[in-house]
Amino acid sequence: MELGFLIGSVVKIGAILAYLYGLLWVLGHKKLWVKIVGVVAAFAIVQLAFTITIGDSTILNEFDSGLVFQAASMTMIALGLNLIYGFNGQFSLGQWGFYGIGAYTAADITFRWINGDSRGLLVVGIGSILGAVMILGIQKWLSRLRGVPVLSAFTFYLFGSVLVGAVAVVIGNALNPAISPLLGSAYEPGPLSQGIWLQIVYFLAIIFAGVFAGEVSFLFGLPVLSLGSDYFGIATLGFTIIVNTLMLNSDTILPFPEMKGGRGMIGIPKLTTWFWAFFFMLMVIIIMRNVIHSSTGRTILAVREDETAAKAMGIDLASTKLLTFVIGSFFAGIGGGVYAHYIGFLSPGTFDFLAGFNPLIIVVFGGLGSMTGTIAASFGWIFFLEGLLRVLLGQMGPDAPTWRFVLYPIVLLLLMLIRPQGLLGTVEWGFLKAPFVRPRENQHTASDVVEG
Amino acid sequence: MMTPVNPSTPVLEVTGLAKIFGGLRAVSDFNMTIQKGELVGLIGPNGAGKTTAFNMITGLYFPTHGEIKFEGTSVVGLQPHEITRMGIGRTFQNIRLFSNLSVLDNVRIAYHFHSGYSLTDGILRNANYSKNERELTEKTQDFLSIFHLNKFEGEIAKNLPYGQQRRLEIARALACNPHLLLLDEPAAGMNPKEITELMDLIHFIREKFDLTILLIEHQMRLVMDICEKITVLDFGEVIARGTPVEIQNNPKVVEAYLGKGAANVA
Ligand SMILES: Nc1ncnc2c1ncn2[C@@H]1O[C@H](COP(=O)(O)OP(=O)(O)OP(=O)(O)O)[C@@H](O)[C@H]1O
Ligand SMILES: [Mg+2]
Repeated sequence: MELGFLIGSVVKIGAILAYLYGLLWVLGHKKLWVKIVGVVAAFAIVQLAFTITIGDSTILNEFDSGLVFQAASMTMIALGLNLIYGFNGQFSLGQWGFYGIGAYTAADITFRWINGDSRGLLVVGIGSILGAVMILGIQKWLSRLRGVPVLSAFTFYLFGSVLVGAVAVVIGNALNPAISPLLGSAYEPGPLSQGIWLQIVYFLAIIFAGVFAGEVSFLFGLPVLSLGSDYFGIATLGFTIIVNTLMLNSDTILPFPEMKGGRGMIGIPKLTTWFWAFFFMLMVIIIMRNVIHSSTGRTILAVREDETAAKAMGIDLASTKLLTFVIGSFFAGIGGGVYAHYIGFLSPGTFDFLAGFNPLIIVVFGGLGSMTGTIAASFGWIFFLEGLLRVLLGQMGPDAPTWRFVLYPIVLLLLMLIRPQGLLGTVEWGFLKAPFVRPRENQHTASDVVEG
Repeated sequence: MMTPVNPSTPVLEVTGLAKIFGGLRAVSDFNMTIQKGELVGLIGPNGAGKTTAFNMITGLYFPTHGEIKFEGTSVVGLQPHEITRMGIGRTFQNIRLFSNLSVLDNVRIAYHFHSGYSLTDGILRNANYSKNERELTEKTQDFLSIFHLNKFEGEIAKNLPYGQQRRLEIARALACNPHLLLLDEPAAGMNPKEITELMDLIHFIREKFDLTILLIEHQMRLVMDICEKITVLDFGEVIARGTPVEIQNNPKVVEAYLGKGAANVA
């Protein structure tokens, strides 16, 4: 049985890598209809593998499908981290914290919704939209003033956020009585808490969770990134620990009894289907790839390559780093929301800072500055270490799976010795490759003086 | 800058500039005025404070004292990127390319603040993105061909031969569309043939881009050949200024370079 399991696992990992390669290839195809057909097929293949039964289980059994969802959300988190660390060069341990924020935020919205309380959606939704408006507005205003010290700017944003938060709560409380009768309760869902309406709320919950995580990262990153990034890594570690502490005390320090503090939040509707996981994963991949291959993306890379030269090229270091950090955190928030609604239960233990090294290891493993590497490593990592290894070790004894935490660092160490640039270095597949630039005929054959 | 500049306003006017690192006076009481179109050399022995002066002009260092006016506007206290956007471009003594990016991208980066499309356009890949990105790429390719770098456009910058790296750094600085170009030892590490090519290149870009140039250089052949005016710095202080001929015959300069007593021998 063990040999069979082993071979099966290896085949599965190979199949997944082939699948990812195919997905990226088809996404990168020139013809639009091929793209669409390919994406639908990629979705359908996995969907079918979840449903078609061979013998006594589906092709991808319950355990495997769990791994697929975990890998999909890990992909989003790790891509965000790769943007911050691999592409922009800012070592961050905060990604796990933003993942947690996204998970709890999205979970709170839908949990309240199905329990007859619309304030989660209203407050977070209105808050994050107004927050974005507030941030962009203040940014415009400050850029006209010029030369405002970072900490003064931070104070404005902080006051702005408090104000926006208060306004959102007031509006949410005011509108809630009108909406909540339509929501019913957990046992008797009302018209708005089932069917298509619930799906819309789920979608909004995930997006708002991402936006909210992005806004928090803006407030946190503004002072830390502008005042020199030497301590950025430590500060982000602190951030993850603070977020974790708040989760542990969400029912005492924070006014969220439904999150149940250290006991963990239960009863989150399991709304993440493969459709949604696939959808959000593709969304993150496409957004990130388009960001990187844009003019802004090139400034992100320039900052990593050489900060001094970047400044001399007219790049605003602080705002480029901040933008990258916000986008990366947005991805983490989305990943968190997807995870929460797959697993249905959130425990602060999941968001412990030690576990926060997982996406870091994945990013380093796959290659700093390679999206393909991150995607492949997220899936490979989850399937190999969480899937294969956990089961194999599990057969050796009840405590043996803990040995994974010894094996991770060893694997990483070996990789650092053998291939320091990560498995894929900066190689990209298909869709993720930099757009081809056609060489140009010389119209401006320069005068002979510049002969090189 | 959008505002038209009065032709009599000096491009660069530095007065009483000083930089003190701890107890070290790297630059003290540095004065310099550069008119539009001039090609000025800044020379001096190692550690004289030349690079430090550049770093203050470009905003990398905040001056301890003094004033720097670019086209009549003070740039002291501005961020380096703001100064670049006003029109001061520079290269570095030890080449600072974006080593792992392609030659094309090294120059394309320069266009980021007038790329013509926003990040949102980039994410949505709309028509505005495609049009501007294509234009920007073609502009870069044309630009590279002026410098005979077009055949390297897909190459990773760090793989270029040394001389081409210097050339690329100059091209990249020019892509920011500067009015004043600061070159920090552009000939460092070059052989005589490459130096001759560099001199031609400097003449060429000066005409082509209507530039005012300030350059630091240890290669006396280059400085004496192409600069119209020279300022000599020693221990952070200006010890001489004048035409190349005046500088060559200035006993103080000879002394600074060769040590006391040498002036009499020469
Ligand atoms: N960031 C710094 N901190 C402390 N001292 C510095 C710093 N930058 C430069 N110095 C010192 O200031 C003095 C002037 O240095 P600078 O680099 O300006 O000399 P330079 O004229 O460019 O010399 P070279 O011809 O060798 O490039 C040197 O003594 C140098 O050690
Ligand atoms: Mg120097």
